[in-house]
Amino acid sequence: MLLHVDRVNKRFGAVVAAADIMMVVYPGERVSLIGSNGAGKTTLVNMITGYLKPDDGRISFDGRDVTALDPRAITRLGVARSFQIPQLYGDLTVLDNLLVANACHDQRLSFWQPAQRPEAIERAERLLERFRLSEHRGRRVAELPGGVRKLLDIAMALTGSPKLLLLDEPTSGVSAEEKFPMMDTIMSALGHEAMAVLFVEHDMDIVERYASRVVAFYAGRVIADGVPEAALASDDVRRYVTGALLAE
Amino acid sequence: MTASATVPAAPVVARAAPGRYGLVLLAAAAFLLLAAAGYLFPRWLTFLLTMAAGNGLVSLGIVALMRGGVVPFGQGMVFAAGGYTAALVYNKLGFTDALGLALFGGMAAVLVAAPFAPLLSRYRGIFFAMLTLALSMVTYGLLMKLDALGGSDGFNVGRATLLGQKLPDDRVGYTLYLLTIFVATIAAVAMRIFFDSTRGLVTLAVRENELRVEYLGGSARHAMAINFVVAAFCAGLGGALVVLSLGHIEPNFSFWTTSGEFVFVAILAGWQSVAAVFIASTVLEIVRSFSSAYFPNTWQLALGVFLLFVIRFLPRGIGSLWTKRRGH
Amino acid sequence: MNAVVTILIDGLTYASWLFIVAVGLTLVFGVLKILNIAHGSFYAIGAYAAASFVAWATTMKWAPGFSIVAMLLAAVAVAAVMAPLTERGLLRFFYGRDEVLLVLVTYAMFLILEDATKLLWGANPYYVSEPYGLFGNLHLGVQTWVGYDFFLVALAVVVGVAVWWGLNRTRHGKITLAVIHSAEIAASMGVNVSRVYMAAFSVGIFLAALGGAFTAPMISVQPGVSVGVIVVSFAVVIIGGLGSIEGAAAGAIIVGLARSLAVHVAPVAELFSIYIVMAVVLMFRPEGLFQRIQARKI
Repeated sequence: MLLHVDRVNKRFGAVVAAADIMMVVYPGERVSLIGSNGAGKTTLVNMITGYLKPDDGRISFDGRDVTALDPRAITRLGVARSFQIPQLYGDLTVLDNLLVANACHDQRLSFWQPAQRPEAIERAERLLERFRLSEHRGRRVAELPGGVRKLLDIAMALTGSPKLLLLDEPTSGVSAEEKFPMMDTIMSALGHEAMAVLFVEHDMDIVERYASRVVAFYAGRVIADGVPEAALASDDVRRYVTGALLAE
Repeated sequence: MTASATVPAAPVVARAAPGRYGLVLLAAAAFLLLAAAGYLFPRWLTFLLTMAAGNGLVSLGIVALMRGGVVPFGQGMVFAAGGYTAALVYNKLGFTDALGLALFGGMAAVLVAAPFAPLLSRYRGIFFAMLTLALSMVTYGLLMKLDALGGSDGFNVGRATLLGQKLPDDRVGYTLYLLTIFVATIAAVAMRIFFDSTRGLVTLAVRENELRVEYLGGSARHAMAINFVVAAFCAGLGGALVVLSLGHIEPNFSFWTTSGEFVFVAILAGWQSVAAVFIASTVLEIVRSFSSAYFPNTWQLALGVFLLFVIRFLPRGIGSLWTKRRGH
Repeated sequence: MNAVVTILIDGLTYASWLFIVAVGLTLVFGVLKILNIAHGSFYAIGAYAAASFVAWATTMKWAPGFSIVAMLLAAVAVAAVMAPLTERGLLRFFYGRDEVLLVLVTYAMFLILEDATKLLWGANPYYVSEPYGLFGNLHLGVQTWVGYDFFLVALAVVVGVAVWWGLNRTRHGKITLAVIHSAEIAASMGVNVSRVYMAAFSVGIFLAALGGAFTAPMISVQPGVSVGVIVVSFAVVIIGGLGSIEGAAAGAIIVGLARSLAVHVAPVAELFSIYIVMAVVLMFRPEGLFQRIQARKI
């Protein structure tokens, strides 16, 4: 297994953000994390990526205990994430943002090798192509529309060829008609890689279409874990996440 | 959005490798031009330009740090380290080669800065500024009280030699001018290459979004520690060169008002263009010289007004006047 | 024993005027988020103004005791003139910008005020020594202390209590506390934030000028006075914690005692003892002793 979240707990004062969470992820899976706001999805993502430390429990990645590691160390092991609010370099161009990502991942940073050397640019260009962002390569990021920014955010996360990719609400802030094309772009861009993907998502249509597995959260607990048809049909999920049970 | 920025961020003005030859050619041309002009200039002007270049080196280092989002208020510490080292090596060890002394100054400054680099690399904003300030004032206090280093009067430095040659009366000013301009040009080219390198790009990223840098596998602390050491080297070079031309060193080199002037030049220059740093330094020297001579009670006022004007209307510094922004 | 008492009293005296100045600096930072380099300039202007006012009071044949009033008036006058000028006329154009940028703006202000002071009062030193003898001398054992020094301590206590009471027990003070916590939320609740800024800045300048005015009899008032005061008061507020009144008091006492200790015991450390403490505090507890602002570290 690639990722093992083992009985992880996290409280913020009186708020239980994670209660005895158990989760296993295998390479190649497309796992969707669902749950209402405050259910603990982003907290889990933050703990997996090292931004928060669990109160107890263990998180292992690729056989290593990463519970106490900081984001940088975890990234270097092969975990990457994108952000709900894209964390980009607004004053740089799209291409430069990818060059930044490239430079940060670089094991051998240089005092004199230009950031804009041909190999780096080529790698960035190829990544842009996969995300269909090539036309924006020279534009200043601050001027870009929301959907493009989200795609760039994800593209940057891919720079290091991670084994595990966490996407925090990849289609949030994007209009309804744009969601599916955007997810298509993302998934086809990822399709080249044999990595595991965890994506936090609120839109159940997207979940049904793109997830190979669904893990549902409520009040910090996992309430369902399985293939979408099964998980989305479970009573708990229908009561606490999709609200479908209320309609009956 | 740019709440973490000291002055508004600027896009990367990067050059691909072929542009590098152009850079070196440009620098060589500039050096030759200045060398030739200096031959014709009156002595006070070459002295002024020598001071501008030497002091400019310190501000160049500050720009390296500002690209990472912090403003050091205590470069006087490493400036003094370079100056005192050159002066001490000259007086106590009898080593008089100007180029060698400059290098000694740079290395000494690095040795002084290195222990603090990991610590300082963790601070930002006011706290970074205040810690660098505190360290430079501790240095000042030490220098004032240590009689072995001349105490509050400092001490004098004799005439340097260059590459084995003694420098006659009518040549010394011009020779030191050439040396200082030469070192400044080399430093400028090196820094430009450094700014355009992968480390330089990571530095810019740290300035705007440190967290993302960490999430991308980069280390903000490593980047800033290195920038601090690089800035120290430049300041040490500058300190040594300035001392050789002034012939005198004193604790005031480490006082906070001295550090303030270096920051002033860096702000005035902005951090797009390396040449702008030296131009800004020259502007300061000109204002200082002329005002001291004709308006001794208003040159600080002029500087202050100038600084306000730059902060308000030219927040990217004068360098932004001729460097283009990338992107449409 | 004598030595200890001397060190304590010296330290306390130094701490007193330092506290008056530092509490103004920390207040301005707390409310406006500006670390004001020019604060030392206002100290100097207060000293100069006191020199002028006392000289004027003397020519007006006022009783010597009234020189205290003259000094107080000097501080008020400085605040009344400089606060609107600098806050409305300059600083407000830079509000909301990065805190280090604001420091640079105040640095520019400091440069301007240095020369402005020289233009107004000239470059020669002023001596305002008459008030120094107003409180007689105190004989304790073999030592003699000047009564004025104790007056200064008393003044510092009064200022401290007044500022604390003003912030915590008056309506305006509580509004100011709200602005300190969050200007944005206070504004959305109907507080006239820019008036609070103006008031806080005025009080800050007044305190700086007050420190300068009442220290004037103890020093020679000349160009460059501000320069030393600036860094020392920075040290105090950093040690005590930016924005904290109690911190300013604690910081002032620590700095005063450190300097006094150095002067009497290890003169070689006199100049840098303060900054060593400042550096150590920044290294181990950058928020200062009384936490208010979190240091940005990664």
